[in-house]
Amino acid sequence: MAISLKVNGVTRSVDAEPDTPLLYVLRNDLELNGAKYGCAMTQCGACTVLVNGAARRSCVTPVGSIEGNEVTTLEGLGTLDKPHPLQKAFIDEQAAQCGYCASGMIMTAADLLNRNPQPREVDVRAALAGNLCRCGTHNRIIRAVLRAAKGAA
Amino acid sequence: MKRRDFLKSAGGIAVAFSWSVPTVRAQQAARPALPGSLGTNRMLDGWIRINAAGTITVFTGKCELGQGILTALTQIAAEELDVAYERVEIVSADTARTPNEGMTAGSLSVENSGTALRLACAEVRQILLGLAAAKLGVAVANLSVSDGTVTGAGSVTYWDLAREANLEREASAQAKPKPPAQHTIVGRSIPRRDIPAKMTGGAAFIQDLRLPGMVHGRVVRPPRYGARLDSFDETKVKAMPGVIAVVRDGSFLGVVARREEQAINARLVLIGSAKWSGGSELPDPGKLYEQLMSLRSEDRVIAEKDAPVPAGATVVEATYHRPYLAHAAIAPSCAVAEFKDGKLAVWTHSQGVFPLRATIARALGLEPSDIRCIHAEGAGCYGHNGADDVAFDAAMLARAVNGQPVRLQWMRDDEFKWEPYGPAMTMKVKGAVAGGRVVDWAFDVWSQSHNGRPGDPDGINLLGSWYLADAKRPGPARHAAQPNGAGDRNAITLYDFPRQRTTHHLIMDNPVRTSALRSLGAYANVFAIESFMDELAAAAGIDPVAFRLAHIKDERERAVIEAVAKAAAWKPGEQGDGRRGRGIGYARYKTVATYNAVIAEVEVDRTTGIVKVPRIWTAADAGQIINPDGLTNQIEGGVIQSTSWTLHEHVRFDRNGILAQDWMNYPILTMPDVPSVETVLIDRPNERALGAGEAAQGPTAAAIANAFAAATGRRIRELPLTPERVKAALAGQT
Repeated sequence: MAISLKVNGVTRSVDAEPDTPLLYVLRNDLELNGAKYGCAMTQCGACTVLVNGAARRSCVTPVGSIEGNEVTTLEGLGTLDKPHPLQKAFIDEQAAQCGYCASGMIMTAADLLNRNPQPREVDVRAALAGNLCRCGTHNRIIRAVLRAAKGAA
Repeated sequence: MKRRDFLKSAGGIAVAFSWSVPTVRAQQAARPALPGSLGTNRMLDGWIRINAAGTITVFTGKCELGQGILTALTQIAAEELDVAYERVEIVSADTARTPNEGMTAGSLSVENSGTALRLACAEVRQILLGLAAAKLGVAVANLSVSDGTVTGAGSVTYWDLAREANLEREASAQAKPKPPAQHTIVGRSIPRRDIPAKMTGGAAFIQDLRLPGMVHGRVVRPPRYGARLDSFDETKVKAMPGVIAVVRDGSFLGVVARREEQAINARLVLIGSAKWSGGSELPDPGKLYEQLMSLRSEDRVIAEKDAPVPAGATVVEATYHRPYLAHAAIAPSCAVAEFKDGKLAVWTHSQGVFPLRATIARALGLEPSDIRCIHAEGAGCYGHNGADDVAFDAAMLARAVNGQPVRLQWMRDDEFKWEPYGPAMTMKVKGAVAGGRVVDWAFDVWSQSHNGRPGDPDGINLLGSWYLADAKRPGPARHAAQPNGAGDRNAITLYDFPRQRTTHHLIMDNPVRTSALRSLGAYANVFAIESFMDELAAAAGIDPVAFRLAHIKDERERAVIEAVAKAAAWKPGEQGDGRRGRGIGYARYKTVATYNAVIAEVEVDRTTGIVKVPRIWTAADAGQIINPDGLTNQIEGGVIQSTSWTLHEHVRFDRNGILAQDWMNYPILTMPDVPSVETVLIDRPNERALGAGEAAQGPTAAAIANAFAAATGRRIRELPLTPERVKAALAGQT
């Protein structure tokens, strides 16, 4: 059935069952690469997007449940030419090895900065506790979030 | 992303999808050996192309695994050619386009591919200068090059000369690369070229590949190794929305559907209705190490040195263990396959596209020339994970839906239960000290195989193929020659002991599927050797840092230990306080690669048994540094991953099967508990660049175990340092 979604500021209509996880609609129907499949059990955070500005795991969010809400993915934060301060900070800090977790890290950090624009390191670590990184890039990610917060101050 | 764009972004230049394979050139006998991968890929045009449009394309058989290797290789090429870094495009690991450099493994990419590119680019520069000299009427010695423009009396560019430059010739490796003092690109922290796209949602991973008409596949695995599929409800699954095909071949079972969630739903129904029988029993987890050591093994003494042991020496003995460890990439393995008119294309994050092609060909009865394997990046790769297996699975499904590309991403539990783990191992050490010196050392290591990769001529190492009606078999366990070794990697001590004996017991049976995990046996061997060095130092009453230095002559070895001790402000004889303490670990990876020393600080909660590692210092000498930030990233990443292995990780199983299936029962280190890491790099611009990606795994484990012993006065010899083991150790039960 047709479901109407507002993603990255644009209203889109997709033909999917309402119980389809938002993740697959974003990736396959809307061809957005940001949100990633990692576990489909809310354990790793790779699929994190913002729904009305708050972090949400798209892997278990039925697409039918968010009709009429604002969804933001990594692509909606900024672009290569006009990156969001978090995206710029992640690039400047070279905060990746494989980078598969990066989208979820950035979206979760965006949620943190929405709530707490000047977090301490301990706040950043706590906010990202549910986002897994396997390459061991954590310290760069922490530095990138703090740099983005500092730049915005 | 569309296929054409994907090739464009992944490969640097747009090409139509083609079946052309590199021209096979007759092998001539008695040709001179060439360094690095030039030895096996001798033609210059296999490595480099000058484009009339003002760009350079270089080709490498190595692939990006998340370690920044393509950036480092591009730096090397740009440096030797004297062109701007931005002009160089790099094409990697495609059986139709690039040199065959086997596996991207063993921290060898800079050594093999980097050496080949450096020499090939230096030679091409020389050829171009020769052409320029003729054109300008100036001796080569009087020419200079800046970003591809050759200047003497007048100037001419590489791009002008491209047509005349015949690169279809064998490399001679005679052109001298630049002296390091003249380097302007190598040695700099050039930002990784893949990172901007990854931070903004650009297509960067195999998961982001979308081909026209692509459909989605999933597979269903047995409940335990070796189980047979007796029956399943095919009718019910075929009637489900979107299902295009149900594929069964013996005990191999999979489904193809129009939409991804439809394939996932169909997989669940298949799992629910499938009936299985048989399968192999796993070892008793409570007696794992005894059972492994009782299996059939092939034993080899790999090092021996004799000298008399002085009377009255203090003898120390200890036994150490490491469990099965999972690669546990954040993304489960993924592949896209298209089977059309007898030809198969597979996009894969395999570490070796050529060995994968050869093995798929044998498994499916196809000619290698009818298969093209193209590397596309997956999530971080720390060895032989499910990448090759999922590529075979995708090929099986694609063959059933001729002409429709099939994207198959394993589910989280597929990856955890079926990837080949890093093997469980036991190390027994016996040593003696007299007069502050080690006078005897005997080291025995037991391990299953660390190499179950595709490419084995005596078996077919693809999981799905073992379950076909015409079942294939994996290759046998094999010894690997020192100094690389496998289970015995870094088993031979580097310390200068007058008497030592090292024995590798290669376990020939495989009760649990195992293969290569970052650093192979080095993680456990270095953990054991370096833990035992602290035990001997304690027996001798000498500070651990001083004790190590007393047994090392090599200047570079000493330098990394001294550097880390200085960075950490190590105090000779420093003591723990029951709760906090510090320890050191050191190794030169593979005996011939990066030197790495680590000091860890631990904090032990004596009530809960939880060990935390708030700080780590590390010093590394990887020879000539190509990209300092890239090297730091690799070393730090290794330190943190090894901290996770050492504190938290082990694959849970019982006699009926593997229990690891998600991040709850295979927990890893999380953000709040990640140590801060201070890294010291020792640059040796005139030395060979050494592999660094795996160097920190062993030293970090040893540093943490030694720090725990320093903090508490108790030693844990079985990894990981779980709260149960910590509490038992503190209660004096180990």
